[in-house]
Amino acid sequence: MFNLTLFIVIPILTAIAVMVCRNGTQIRLAAFTGSVVQLLLSFLLLYYYTSERATGNMAQFLFTQRAIWYEALHIEYHVGVDGISIAMMMLTAIVVMAGILMSWKIQTLTKEFFFLVILLSLGAYGFFISLDLFTMFFFLELAVIPKYLLIILWGSGRKEYSAMKLALMLMAGSALILVGILAVYFHIGQERWVHTRDLAQIAVMQFPPDVQKFIFPFLFVGFGIFTALFPFYTWAPDGHSSAPTAASMFLAGISMKLGGYGCLRVAVYLLPQAASYYSWIIVLLAVIAIIYGSFATLMQKDLKYMNAYSSVSHCGFVLLGIGMLTRTAIMGAVMQMVSHGLMTALFFGAIGMIYERTHTRQIEELGGLLKVIPFIGVVYVIAGLCSLGLPGMSGFVSEMTIFTGSWQCTGMFNRVATILACASIVVTAVYILRAAGRAVMGPIGNEKYLQLPDASWSEKLASVMLIGTIVCIGMAPFWLTKLIDADTQTIMENILRNLRLS
Amino acid sequence: MIFVNMMDLMNAELGIVIILFILLFMKILGKPESNSTLLNLTNALLVLNLVVVLFLNSDGVLFNGMFHTNHTIALEKGILLFGTLIISLQSFKWLMHHKHAAEFYILLLSSLLGMFYMISSGNFLIFYLGLELASIPLAALANFNLKEKKSSEAALKLILLSAFASAIMLFGISILYGTTGTLSFSEVSLLISGGSLQILSIVFIFTGFAFKLSAVPFHFWTADVYEGAPIAITSFLSVISKAAMVFVFISVLSPLFVSAPAVWYMVFLIIIVLTMAFGNLFAIRQNNIKRFIAFSSITQVGYILLALSAGNKPGAAAAIYFMMVYIFSNLGALGVISLVSAQTGLENISDYRGFYKTNPVYAWILSISIFSLAGIPPTAGFFGKMFLVIAGASKGNSMIIAFASLNMVVSLYYYLKIIKAIFIDPNDSPVPALKPGFSIAAGLAVCMFGIIFTGFAGGFYDYVIKTCGF
Repeated sequence: MFNLTLFIVIPILTAIAVMVCRNGTQIRLAAFTGSVVQLLLSFLLLYYYTSERATGNMAQFLFTQRAIWYEALHIEYHVGVDGISIAMMMLTAIVVMAGILMSWKIQTLTKEFFFLVILLSLGAYGFFISLDLFTMFFFLELAVIPKYLLIILWGSGRKEYSAMKLALMLMAGSALILVGILAVYFHIGQERWVHTRDLAQIAVMQFPPDVQKFIFPFLFVGFGIFTALFPFYTWAPDGHSSAPTAASMFLAGISMKLGGYGCLRVAVYLLPQAASYYSWIIVLLAVIAIIYGSFATLMQKDLKYMNAYSSVSHCGFVLLGIGMLTRTAIMGAVMQMVSHGLMTALFFGAIGMIYERTHTRQIEELGGLLKVIPFIGVVYVIAGLCSLGLPGMSGFVSEMTIFTGSWQCTGMFNRVATILACASIVVTAVYILRAAGRAVMGPIGNEKYLQLPDASWSEKLASVMLIGTIVCIGMAPFWLTKLIDADTQTIMENILRNLRLS
Repeated sequence: MIFVNMMDLMNAELGIVIILFILLFMKILGKPESNSTLLNLTNALLVLNLVVVLFLNSDGVLFNGMFHTNHTIALEKGILLFGTLIISLQSFKWLMHHKHAAEFYILLLSSLLGMFYMISSGNFLIFYLGLELASIPLAALANFNLKEKKSSEAALKLILLSAFASAIMLFGISILYGTTGTLSFSEVSLLISGGSLQILSIVFIFTGFAFKLSAVPFHFWTADVYEGAPIAITSFLSVISKAAMVFVFISVLSPLFVSAPAVWYMVFLIIIVLTMAFGNLFAIRQNNIKRFIAFSSITQVGYILLALSAGNKPGAAAAIYFMMVYIFSNLGALGVISLVSAQTGLENISDYRGFYKTNPVYAWILSISIFSLAGIPPTAGFFGKMFLVIAGASKGNSMIIAFASLNMVVSLYYYLKIIKAIFIDPNDSPVPALKPGFSIAAGLAVCMFGIIFTGFAGGFYDYVIKTCGF
């Protein structure tokens, strides 16, 4: 039996340790140790989970714990995991550790920085393990304000504007989610005289179609804002590019996945009829995001903006997979979340390393980085290749799965959508190769670059860790698919059962 | 026998009266320079009174139903007393060298006494008596810095408008008496039939409440009074006197509403919408931090009214719980503000630029309080606001909930502007390092403790719920 509350306790302990530490080295070591413990813990969780499943335990959520939190309002602290949440938690653990390693050299307000990063990871873990809607909402909101502080305190560029935009848009998203959650809650209360916020219990109650259609937009758009749903993506480019390296890694790597996970686990899973009713709108918005994101990326001159817009495009794939509502497509969406999380974290890490050395992110001013800082150059190229979907890396497997799944949807509209989404990969290749060619290859852009130091041990460790995971998933996707297979099946069954009834 | 009963049921009020007499004698007999004895003694007595109120309470009725008390009312009084205690701790430095420290406490505690009678009232007569006792000393307090012209203006505004509000309310009460023939709450609520004259009287009574609660469109006095009054009084007005009105609202107006027609709910909703929206829109433009607190408190009133509009027990419990949380959050923020103001005289938001560099600890205290006011987890403010919204949602009105949630986003904007000023804006002459005494630090520590622990420790909310009788 595994105690999931450890994922709440360890970050809190780490945060306290960071607060108590005196000098920079101690703080870094405390934060690093905490993240290593979290990573080990998530591997341990994976091990326990697979062995529990191997013994034939087919309960939907394993290692559940419940404790009454606010009795009168039926709010419970209720946690449990399935394969999808374990995949997300491992992603979180890896990205947080990489982020801490990447910001090893941060000098200003070190204590506050690591404290906030740990607080963010707490929010993400809590969100992924919660099975109670209120608890889930609590952790989701917990992860908003630290982002604001990280951006205004350590960011660059138009950081005040970006941070405010990010905080307000994400808060608006959670406001919509709040309305949705309350609507679900009070609807249940009126109809059945049992108030509950428990996910699995709500999923088996079939709401009348018109109620579903009313609640679904609140929940889906609310979570969609977190995952840069078109047209509510505007916080993402500004926020990502103004944030410090670790915060960009976290924002794009994990925070956007909170939204995707929420769309899948809350909106689609609880309200399947509405999901299939609105399916075409989701697909449409996702395709617009994919196409628009990739063309917008073409126009960017700043490396971080480039990657931020390409994140919008890549998260569009997640929404496309969810919107198609086939089992393979949903599985692809989950894989894309993991893959994009790792890839974009690596990307932002590489850009952060470049910016820290050259003090510019303009593609024009860079050049020849491969000659002077070969390690970082290679990391950037690898991240780019993963982003454009080179076979052998995680991006290829996940996008392939989504396309296969989408193709299962017959019907002109879905076919066209799938083809358009596929076609965007060509555009991706253009901007990735162009940026890599200009900034990393080619003649050395500035004589000052000759003195640049290559990556330090911590940066190397972080990059190798991320690249290793990306290649692992790319080469052997079956361990990931096996992990999430049964759970996508559960979600799909719920959808199909609801559709049959209607 | 009646005396034993009185000692038992009116222990909170009698305690305050005893403190008042002690203060009076100290003023007459004491030496003029012995302020610290006076302050410490008063604080100690307030703590003692708080313990008595919280742990020695019982249900009962006195004077033929004129005065009644129960566990909920005792809890409400405890919350008010607790808030007054924190304010008293925080104004320690200000009063230390003030000539009229004793008068300050006499006026403050008289007002508190009025609130206690108001909450405990079972009859409109005693309610009105309490109301006047609560509001008149406040005008004198608002003008406590006699040399400040702004304070005189604030005091005049406060006394005129609260007299006006009282008059309107009194008019409503007299109409109600005319139609029902009784002034006792329990009898009135039975006799309300929804006739047009009765509706008119409820409108008048509600208007009086709205004035005191500074709900839009009766909010115009708030910002000027908050700005002109000394900070201790701003704290008292924004927290304690508001909390008292909310508590009375729960026990007085809610029973009247039960039999009032549905159109009344609509009026209520309109007031809520206006209060939230105007409070927010005006708060965005403020530079004086006390005015800012004034408008943000108007918005908070909107949320409280939202919960009360549900007209049920969860709504009442959520409002009481929120008032407790609000006392911690607002007094945490105002504690730092009063410290800054006492030491440097600065009261503008722009003066807080670069505050983090010189005073990291106080910057965090102020930020955490502001996060709690904004309703950001894991602070208690998040839970307080959630419970208000959940209670408001129980009528099944999704649009008003969506509007309230939207307002939370808008309010986040101006709260974050202060956070930004504190943390990153450059400033050539930031606020110098602050030196609080023991009692101010203690007051802030209590607020921080409350903000952090009354939220996710579910026990506090369950305690409120239990005393409300679930």
